[in-house]
Amino acid sequence: MADQKGTDAHTLEQVLESALGSVDNAEEAVLEEARHLGFDEDDLHKIGMSVRECLVNAVVHGNRYNRRKKVHLKVVRTPDCLTIVIGDEGDGFDPAKVPDPLEGDNLLRGSGRGVMLMQAFMDEFQVSQRSPQGTEVRMLKCRAKSE
Amino acid sequence: MSVKLTSRQVGDVTVVDAAGRITLGEGASSFRDTIRDLAASGHKKLLLNLAEISYIDSSGIGELVSAFTSLANQGGVVKLLNLTKRVQDLLQITKLYTVFEVHNDEAKAVQSFQ
Repeated sequence: MADQKGTDAHTLEQVLESALGSVDNAEEAVLEEARHLGFDEDDLHKIGMSVRECLVNAVVHGNRYNRRKKVHLKVVRTPDCLTIVIGDEGDGFDPAKVPDPLEGDNLLRGSGRGVMLMQAFMDEFQVSQRSPQGTEVRMLKCRAKSE
Repeated sequence: MSVKLTSRQVGDVTVVDAAGRITLGEGASSFRDTIRDLAASGHKKLLLNLAEISYIDSSGIGELVSAFTSLANQGGVVKLLNLTKRVQDLLQITKLYTVFEVHNDEAKAVQSFQ
């Protein structure tokens, strides 16, 4: 994961309720940061959808809609890249245990494609254990270098 | 805006014109209910026109797949019409282009059910 710390970094942090309404709010907040960086419409869609998928996982699978548990959003904007960190307070999550949605009968499953889409849309995607409890997802997207 | 679904009959094919967003929550459940109701009332040849779909997430993709498998289990068929570039890309990433029959021309799509 690239180091996003630096004097030019701008950081946004929010603590969100474990409700689906948080998904739209987080998506819009991250997209506002992404627009500052000048991402094109296609990349904005990929970033927004990755945030949406990640927030849904945090609210539904991580915190299981538990109102006492929060979702933690952090966005770090540097001149070329956006780092998005989303944490929940759930029981933890091992991405290696997610069935491959491209494999055999899994193709016809009604769910289980979110992680794959985030991996496809973002430049970097990492899952780790959050302290003291839960899961933290860190995603990075950088602007394409102009010729 | 959530999803807006309008169905019309072309011969024995039911064309469902979908507009808006199919995402987790109201959009996905509204889509699921509409497909279930159509199948329950005997409409087993469904052509989903997604031209006006502005946004679809993994839950929405899941609903498309569930519609496909549900209708197939009832002896029906679901086909897709007029995909936007973004929905096309999603079907590529998820390999679902190998599952769905996709059309760009409604008349030819309707004919393909015969």
